[in-house]
Amino acid sequence: MRSVVLRHIRIVFSCIVLVLLSFLFVDFRGMVPEKAFGPLLYLQFIPSLLKFIIAGVATATGFVVILILTALSGRTYCSFLCPLGILQDVISRIGGLVKRRFRKYAFRKPYTILRYFILALTAGILLIGGVYVLTILDPYSIFGRFMTYFVKPAAIFINNLLASLLGKFDIYTLYKIDIKPYELAVYAIPVAFLLLIGLLAFRYGRLYCNTVCPVGTFLGFLSKISLFRIRFDEEKCNRCGRCAMSCKSSCIDFLNKHIDVSRCVNCFNCLEACNEKAMSYGLVRFRSSAEPAVPDTSRRNFIAGSLLMIAGGSQILRAQNTTTPIPTKDSTVKEDRLYPVSPPGSSGISSYISRCTACSLCVAACPTSVLQPSVSEFGIAGIMQPRMDFHRGFCNYDCTLCTDICPTGAIMPLMPEAKKLTRIGKAVFIKDNCIVATEKTACGACSEHCPTKACAMVPYEGNLLIPEVIDDICIGCGACEHACPTKPYKAIFVDGNPLHEVAKKPEAKKMESAPSEFPF
Amino acid sequence: MKRRGFLRSSLGAGLAAGTFMSLGRFEKVLAGRPLPQGANYDLVAIMGGEPAAMFDIGIQALGGIGSFVSKGQKVLVKPNIGWDVIPEKGANTNPALVKRVVEHCFKAGAKEVYVFDNTCDNWIKCYENSGIQRAVKDAGGKMVPGNSESYYQEITIPNGKKLTKTKVHQLVLECDVFINTPVLKHHSSTRMTAALKNMMGVVWDRGYWHANNLHQCIADYALYTKKPQLNIIDAYNVMMRNGPRGVSKEDITNMKSMIISTDWVAADAAAAKMMGLEPQKIDYIPVAAAMGIGKMDLATLNIHRIKM
Repeated sequence: MRSVVLRHIRIVFSCIVLVLLSFLFVDFRGMVPEKAFGPLLYLQFIPSLLKFIIAGVATATGFVVILILTALSGRTYCSFLCPLGILQDVISRIGGLVKRRFRKYAFRKPYTILRYFILALTAGILLIGGVYVLTILDPYSIFGRFMTYFVKPAAIFINNLLASLLGKFDIYTLYKIDIKPYELAVYAIPVAFLLLIGLLAFRYGRLYCNTVCPVGTFLGFLSKISLFRIRFDEEKCNRCGRCAMSCKSSCIDFLNKHIDVSRCVNCFNCLEACNEKAMSYGLVRFRSSAEPAVPDTSRRNFIAGSLLMIAGGSQILRAQNTTTPIPTKDSTVKEDRLYPVSPPGSSGISSYISRCTACSLCVAACPTSVLQPSVSEFGIAGIMQPRMDFHRGFCNYDCTLCTDICPTGAIMPLMPEAKKLTRIGKAVFIKDNCIVATEKTACGACSEHCPTKACAMVPYEGNLLIPEVIDDICIGCGACEHACPTKPYKAIFVDGNPLHEVAKKPEAKKMESAPSEFPF
Repeated sequence: MKRRGFLRSSLGAGLAAGTFMSLGRFEKVLAGRPLPQGANYDLVAIMGGEPAAMFDIGIQALGGIGSFVSKGQKVLVKPNIGWDVIPEKGANTNPALVKRVVEHCFKAGAKEVYVFDNTCDNWIKCYENSGIQRAVKDAGGKMVPGNSESYYQEITIPNGKKLTKTKVHQLVLECDVFINTPVLKHHSSTRMTAALKNMMGVVWDRGYWHANNLHQCIADYALYTKKPQLNIIDAYNVMMRNGPRGVSKEDITNMKSMIISTDWVAADAAAAKMMGLEPQKIDYIPVAAAMGIGKMDLATLNIHRIKM
């Protein structure tokens, strides 16, 4: 097909995908239920792959769809479905508007060794059961972090300006939302990637996708067998080079009339650029002997690299495992937290940290902001993986949102009734910190917020009541810790359950009868 | 007729009529039978009806909402919307009551009726699942967010013992009439919450109250000049234990009652009795009474008891 329509279809389709996925993350008012975005998340390569391999979910076959699509058509995913890829196209476009010469690309040689090294590292570690590299390099997750940590706060800021303006006119359809910055260290990775990807895209189009992105490299590798490709019509081509100039992937070697299919992202810009109509997209025609006899070193590098990384990766993994939290004994009234708290549905810390790619969708969607990106709570390797931060919020008793939306299966679905019995941690009371004991005045903020009354109030001195934790009905939602007013250390805190448990259901006592006369 | 002439002659006619009336006892002829004055009740307690009907009957005994709300005024109705639970669980004020109060205010000519709470659970879920947002909108009132610190302004309470300054929602400052519509329920720490304690939802930082003698802070806040003109305690579904959030429906007793009073100490004392508690045991009630905020001795009050 030679039609320029392909490029226009690509632009319209990708814009819709970008807008929808951005909205999914930025939707701070929860206007559209996250579940509505299911099909788009289903097709995200890495989340779907992880859900399938690690969580063993048979329905998570979106990555198979992408594999078939790639084997048939090449890296269509990179231009049509990958939000980070589409975002780079937008940035490149802006780059071209800012400086005319940034609009022009030229063929460049691939960084083959670097590409396959990164792919091998990622795949190797994934094969031995870790997501550490993917956490940082999965394009969907990188995009998710941009949205969660930069775009969403910016959107809320604008919303707040409008809300205070409307508020002056007594209109409250927009409401203000307090913006609380995340811990500073959390921004390190998203900022670094924003700079790296932003600058590369601004000037060099899809260089990031063809050098760093492991998904790009992998799909590129696969597209070497793709049936549909962009090809030259040798007779029509006059070697004007317009195609190469329009190629964001810098993969068209027009002098040799060769296209590096492993780097072509099917943007179809070249089809439109060619005045001679010498380029078309269609079923591949293998040239029998005219194929240049350049040995394909990349494949060998890949295989060698993979093997090397599987061997070396296990060592890295082992080293990383030691950085996961280990019990520390401290005898002060500082909260003696042994484990961080992983979200309900994750079933435990170790399975959670081996599945989560830190796309931060749950952080963006959580209605109480209790899900916060971690810095080192899950170990350095688990940076950015969300944890339950009860200083920020507490887990709403009836909410199961994060369990429903997690695209990788790090957080598996829980029915509300099951979630209400899932013990993600347990409350620990520190009497020496408690207002009731230290000030001899009433407080009970913890018990007030407790949804199961695992945090009960029992008689203390005089007319006072003091908290007492009933262990077996506590689900570790953190409402008590969040509400506790003591500083700097809380008088009640939730220690994570490394393996989630099932809590006992709180007993319901018989209903009391209503008075039939006024008691006064 | 010229304006001046009209004024002069009508003034003259009025004077003449007045003089004439003062000479004889004509007012009896003009006014008909002597009218009984509305009894000046300190407190009205209603039992046995649905929330809206109980409010209709009860407010009537206090001379109707018109005694509190005048034409063109801005009214703030402050229910308890603290928790993300359904109305049947009794953790929030009954939406049917809130709706009826808003309707009464508009009937009395209120320009606008606002409703908000600084909730404990996620505020959007609370507003929605409590049924109060729907109820207020249906009645034509305005639900106002209370989730951001920027909606709150600092006030001072010069005579407060523990609480001398705090940030309150701007609506408390801006409204002409303030109507407190708490729900009566058990509270894990203060044993009971109703009218006085409902003010913890108009301030931004209630953690300070918890950390600095909760009972004293509750009483101190009641000294603040912008007090509710009317307190309507919803005792329809009363949470008898596991409060203030509640665990199961078994925590609820269907009391079908309501307490209305301009004196919130008296209202809370009566409410305590409804739950079978001694008002003296709820520390903030005697503390507030001792500070002269209201009367807690129900025997000295003029109480109107209504059974439906």
